Amino acid sequence: MSTTSAREALHDALREALTNDSRVLLIGEDVGRYGGSYAVSKSLLTEFGPQRIRDAPLSELGFTGAGVGAALGGLRPIIEIMTVNFSLLALDQLVNTAATLRHMSGGQFSVPLVVRMATGAGRQLAAQHSHSFDGWFAHIPGLKVLTPGTVTDARYMLGIALADPDPVILLEHAQFYSETGTIGAPPTPDEAWRAATRRVGRDLTLIAWGGMLSRALAAAQRLAAEGIEAEVLDLRSLRPLDNERLIESVRRTRRAVVVDESWRTGSFAAEISARIMEGALYELDAPVLRVCSAEVPMPYAAHLEVAATPQIENIVAAARSVVHGGSA
Amino acid sequence: MTLRGIHPVPFPIEESRELVHQMLRIRRFEEACAEWYGLQKIRGFLHLYIGEEAVATGVIHELAPDDAIVATYREHGHALVRGVPAKALMAEMFGRSTGCSRGRGGSMHLFDAERRFYGGNAIVAGGLPVAVGLGLADRMLARPRVTACFFGEGAVAEGAFHEAMNLAALWQLPVLFCCENNGYAMGTALARSQSQTDLCARAASYGMPARAVDGMDIVAVTLAAREAAAQVRNGAGPAFLEFQTYRFRAHSMFDPELYRERAEVELWRERGPLHTFTDRLKAEKVFSEADFQRIDAEVADEIRAALEFADTSPLEPVEDLLRDVHTPQASA
Repeated sequence: MSTTSAREALHDALREALTNDSRVLLIGEDVGRYGGSYAVSKSLLTEFGPQRIRDAPLSELGFTGAGVGAALGGLRPIIEIMTVNFSLLALDQLVNTAATLRHMSGGQFSVPLVVRMATGAGRQLAAQHSHSFDGWFAHIPGLKVLTPGTVTDARYMLGIALADPDPVILLEHAQFYSETGTIGAPPTPDEAWRAATRRVGRDLTLIAWGGMLSRALAAAQRLAAEGIEAEVLDLRSLRPLDNERLIESVRRTRRAVVVDESWRTGSFAAEISARIMEGALYELDAPVLRVCSAEVPMPYAAHLEVAATPQIENIVAAARSVVHGGSA
Repeated sequence: MTLRGIHPVPFPIEESRELVHQMLRIRRFEEACAEWYGLQKIRGFLHLYIGEEAVATGVIHELAPDDAIVATYREHGHALVRGVPAKALMAEMFGRSTGCSRGRGGSMHLFDAERRFYGGNAIVAGGLPVAVGLGLADRMLARPRVTACFFGEGAVAEGAFHEAMNLAALWQLPVLFCCENNGYAMGTALARSQSQTDLCARAASYGMPARAVDGMDIVAVTLAAREAAAQVRNGAGPAFLEFQTYRFRAHSMFDPELYRERAEVELWRERGPLHTFTDRLKAEKVFSEADFQRIDAEVADEIRAALEFADTSPLEPVEDLLRDVHTPQASA
């Protein structure tokens, strides 16, 4: 079986969506001539033309809102916000319009909008280009949040998002684009929004998603060498959240470590930790630990960026701590 | 220069009557809202449109049934003229399940999918990008429709205004931007918040036709909207109309009106769209005080029925609290 990069998988997903549904269009900065700032939409302009591959001005608020309107008008727009950092400029349309329209109209309108954005740190882009706001988006009722962490999900999550009648945000980790793997079968409809067990283990559950999944898996491999069998649960969707599989896994392994690239305070990892407390407190053999980013704007210098973000060794240390006791 | 008093009203008498009727519906509906707000049956923010009735009435009169409307939090009038039943609107004000948004929206979030009335946006300039998207869909699906987007002059200070104007002009989208310039962004006068107070100059800088219109004159509003809507529908790209108007009431029910003089309000009241138009029709001897009274009685009946309907409508059961966050799906 040949391997594919997540970038290629996302590209193929876009191409398939554009081919199969004439209502689909892609709007974003540099998605056309430039080919996408992460090259995901490369060559699509030539194939589908400027009506459907729309280079947008640097107006995140404007073109995200236009996506809302286009969805209301019968199209199936895919909005590419170059990075999550710039999504801050579009939050009003996402939070005040896309997420609320169905409810505040008493159920009259659906907003079938898909918003893709690159997220995360790791390329020395410093304090304004390294954000992780996964938990912010997952906080909003009316939005759904998908976080591909495998090439199979990179290939099929766009289709899941487009098939949904409500606004869906796809968070694609910037370092994930270059990860490679073999594309498996598409998720069945029942599995589309559910968490997936990426590794079975008996000693603890590592909970991760998106860009942190590969690090959790690498940590599990190292832990296995020292006799600790970690289960790795890939949340895949942050809203809706698969509470059932989360609690089932932690009840079985009795220990949990959550890996989240966001800052610890108010992070999505905090939500996961609270869910475990609510659903599995009496089965726990150790406090839930979180491996998150340090509480500092992202520094430029490489060694400091590494120190600020969750690394494989931090995950391993936290896992050892919950299994053997002692501090992480 | 206004046409008022210089030329005869250029509409058949039935059309003129209809314009009076619609303006009066807005006036009486909102007077009832203010009264029932005092009785605490209506709560939250209540932004009255009284004084500005000619703008919604004249523009929406010129729209086709499958055109779209995007409005603001001061949108009772737009919804009424568009044909959203007064009963459904009043029930919404009362927070009842029979309301046009099932009581989930209230005064600021009136919606009606069937009439392509896209609300009810309470973020200043929040509707403009949405209108651009509706226009984009019409353009790409080759539908000869117009999206009329209403917003106040306060919206011109928001980035969303400029982003939306640029996108609409860049992509030549069929959007009619209708700026309701009532002089004040809440309590801040235009000249106290904008370096360039010529709003048409700002719109024109995006390469679209822009025109200032006397928003107190229903004839001027209707004729301007007719011309602009036809151009937009015919593929000429977006257009911008600035309607110079005035709100006679406070910004909302919480506003003590410290920022303007009573004399200024009185001056604008003299230009009120309803009485100036009926006076003009009377002077032309095509309309009488008895005609006005007949229309007013008919409107009073409608508002009374709407209030009765709203006041006797059920509240939504609390068990249904979580509905309409997401679209129900067969497979879910």
